[in-house]
Amino acid sequence: MQVKEKAIELLSSGKVSRVLGWKQGEFCYDLTPAVFESAEEVERSFVFSPLAGANLAKYLIAESRKEGVVAAFLKPCDSYSVLQLCKEHRIRRENVYLVGVPCEGTVDPDLLRENAKGLTAVREAGGTLVCDTLYGEKRVDLSAVLLERCKVCKSKKIVVFDELLGENGEENPQSTRFAAVEEIENLTPEERYAFWQKELSRCIRCNACRNVCPACSCETCVFDNAKLGTDNKAPASRFEEQYFHIIRAFHVAGRCTDCGECSRVCPQKIPLHLLNRKFIRDMNTLYGQYQAGADEESLPPMLDFRMDDCEPSAARGGKQA
Amino acid sequence: MQRIGVFVCHCGTNIAATVDVAQVAETLGKEPGVVLATDYPYMCSQSGQDMIENAIREQKLTGVVICSCSPRMHEATFRKTVARAGLNPYLLEIANVREQCSWVHKDREEATQKAIILGRAAIAKVTLNAPLVAGESPVVKRALVIGGGIAGIQTALDIADAGFEVDIVEKEATIGGKMAQLDKTFPTLDCAACILTPKMVDAAQHEKINILSYSEVEAVGGFVGSFRVKIRRKARYVDETKCTGCGLCTEKCPQKAVPNPFNLGLDTRRAIAIPFAQAVPKVAYIDPNYCTMLKTGKCGVCSKVCTVGAIDYKQQDTLEEREYGAIVAATGYRPISLEKYGEYAYGQSPDVVTSLELERLMNAAGPTGGTLLRPSDRTHPKTIVFVQCVGSRCEEDGRGKPYCSKICCMYTAKHAMLIREKYPDTEVYVFYIDVRTPGKNFDEFYRRAVEEYGVHYITGQVGKIVPENGKLLVQGSDLLAGMQPKIAADLVVLAAAIEPDPSARSLATLLTASMDTNDFFTEAHPKLRPVESPTAGVFLSGACQGPKDIPETVAQAGAAAAKVIGLLSRDHIVCNPCVATPNEQMCNGCSSCEKVCPYGAITYADKEFRMPDRTTALRRVAQVNPAVCQGCGACTVACPSGAMDLLGFSNKQIMAEVDAICR
Repeated sequence: MQVKEKAIELLSSGKVSRVLGWKQGEFCYDLTPAVFESAEEVERSFVFSPLAGANLAKYLIAESRKEGVVAAFLKPCDSYSVLQLCKEHRIRRENVYLVGVPCEGTVDPDLLRENAKGLTAVREAGGTLVCDTLYGEKRVDLSAVLLERCKVCKSKKIVVFDELLGENGEENPQSTRFAAVEEIENLTPEERYAFWQKELSRCIRCNACRNVCPACSCETCVFDNAKLGTDNKAPASRFEEQYFHIIRAFHVAGRCTDCGECSRVCPQKIPLHLLNRKFIRDMNTLYGQYQAGADEESLPPMLDFRMDDCEPSAARGGKQA
Repeated sequence: MQRIGVFVCHCGTNIAATVDVAQVAETLGKEPGVVLATDYPYMCSQSGQDMIENAIREQKLTGVVICSCSPRMHEATFRKTVARAGLNPYLLEIANVREQCSWVHKDREEATQKAIILGRAAIAKVTLNAPLVAGESPVVKRALVIGGGIAGIQTALDIADAGFEVDIVEKEATIGGKMAQLDKTFPTLDCAACILTPKMVDAAQHEKINILSYSEVEAVGGFVGSFRVKIRRKARYVDETKCTGCGLCTEKCPQKAVPNPFNLGLDTRRAIAIPFAQAVPKVAYIDPNYCTMLKTGKCGVCSKVCTVGAIDYKQQDTLEEREYGAIVAATGYRPISLEKYGEYAYGQSPDVVTSLELERLMNAAGPTGGTLLRPSDRTHPKTIVFVQCVGSRCEEDGRGKPYCSKICCMYTAKHAMLIREKYPDTEVYVFYIDVRTPGKNFDEFYRRAVEEYGVHYITGQVGKIVPENGKLLVQGSDLLAGMQPKIAADLVVLAAAIEPDPSARSLATLLTASMDTNDFFTEAHPKLRPVESPTAGVFLSGACQGPKDIPETVAQAGAAAAKVIGLLSRDHIVCNPCVATPNEQMCNGCSSCEKVCPYGAITYADKEFRMPDRTTALRRVAQVNPAVCQGCGACTVACPSGAMDLLGFSNKQIMAEVDAICR
């Protein structure tokens, strides 16, 4: 059954009172999250395609606290975020109806526009994107315009759902998502510093990364809380917003599911997800494999202490304490 | 406005020799908010404290910084000083310029600079200090002693004699522990049972002592002064209130092939048994693994012969919940398993025994009635070899323990001496690494074994023991003679290392008491608080804290009792006001703090919040029980939104300190 039809069915049967999905944004290549309250509304503006990159998990925090049940469509990535938020008691599970949707990867709109200049409309047909452009129809292979996170997809498994459209996928342990982290690790400290200085210096502190991040779901963000004194630490450094991003990476460590939304929404194209992936890789190396959001019970490594935990500095060849 | 006083202590020459104290005082006097900065030879002396008191009154100080030794040393002293002058005691900060500065630096210039920076950080912190008031919580006047060996018995007796009620929880069917299995005790050679069993009876008859035998601690909640403990009373299938201990059932039971745990499996007993003649309580119990009735439903002999109808095959485990003001861990030790020591042929030949097994073989109440007979053919052994340090002081090969088991040198000397005394025609050899006898009359005792009793002590270890033609061929090395002696022995005794009883590990988790890498309980301070665990209200008695002989165990048991009595004689205890406190407005309810809290002090409540759009919303927020919180601060760093703060060590105060240091 198609996603849109499912949304209509759920609303018209009265099973849910709202549906969280996607609708057309300002441009044809831009799908934006939206809440639909009636079947008519869905009929009119609900869209689902490989351009629906936005992770809907974070919206459920507020939506699940409202009256009635809200349905949400989850791609595999998004399901990890939802389960993690359920684990943190942020989403009220009893108020949400989760529909899992298999995913073959989401599109990087910028890449798509490079491949199909003058884009006016786009539709999917079996792994190919059929694009209407000012210069006529152009066919683009989906695999050629995937977001980086989808090229190195960690899992096609939907970890939490009430209903599944189609077949559930598998985790992908062969994912090469840490290759880029390794590349940076292999730089000298000076090169590494220069790399991040160059990247982060572009930051305009629009807060898009924070606002979209499902792990960044504090009632009041420490950077918006003058009482804590953290806010004025963020910009005070050698280069723009260095500490903002580092503190943010620390705050989401152990909770970040690597959904990649931070980098997807960054208007300055800063590869922010690499910071989080570095943390994930370090935790995996030092404390054993851990995937945030993969289950509701396990203790994340940063909240767990065992006597045989290794000393990170010693594990990297430093002196044993 | 802040009016801060800074007092720099010389600590004689401890600080002043390395740190220019006058310069520290002068420099810190220029910090914002500081109205007075001075130095003095001994700040903790009466006149030093008077000086602080006077300064607080005269200068109307709002905060005090003392640059001196570690706060662990004198923070409590100076808090009282400050309080005497009418200032809240928590408006005091200590800058540790001794342990963390003068003692670890040699260069006077650098040390002085560091002292200034440490003082500056303390000033930055005290500026943000808030007055704190310590709360009180009531004390339940009853103690729990976990473990009924000599340590537990002595602790219980001492507490009970002071007039407080004590429960002893013992996992076996009788109290007595390891000491009940021993034959004679060094260095005076009095019989273990003769000195232990009167104490067991004293405990049983004491009106303030309640023995819960065949029971285990299942859960521990609460905190110092009011612990709530769940105790599992295991089904013994015998009604404890009816059984008279006549022992008829233990003679008539047809199931005769039960290895006797009291004799370490060297003989057998029945499926229903009283552990030993002087057991307390003297009540039979049925081993469900062997009882035909419990296994197949057919037999019931014991029930038929019992004249008081005490047998109850339908008995179930029961759970009791009790409250205690203090808990003493006295879980004791056991010898390590020797299954990995194949070279000593333990398990291959019945004539290779552990020292504890030898105690039973020499004991009048043991399987041989006190006559030393070797297990294989029940003949008198003529040549006996003792092997010391089997698993002690030996970690390298992954089989043993890194520590010295402490008691083996002495009990081996005792065994050797007793054997030579009773059977002078027996040759006794002892292979040892070195003989450790640091105790009252210990070395004299060992010398007697060598000089009067002619025990052959050989410096060196045994490499291999081979059972051959009814003998045990012992191949060792004599390091002094530079030879490889081969001894054809009739009996070999292995001094197995001792380790904490395995029940201690799970108990430590229940008590949130810490353990070292060998699973011995750790003390709050190895020298100054040796019988207290770092967890308030939990005390340590006996070998659960480290290897000990009987006199040491009894001494420590008394010390633990004294600490318990000190606690229980108070009606209330003052709580530490430096506890975690959540800002409910900022709390996300994510449970991070709850997961890292080692004391179980954090719970959650749903609270109504007014939202920006004038609606109300129910939100899950963290709650801290201040009486349970120990102020460790783990939650404050786990909290992603900075909602959890530690009073007296707030995030802002720490940040101010760091900023002051990095200035």
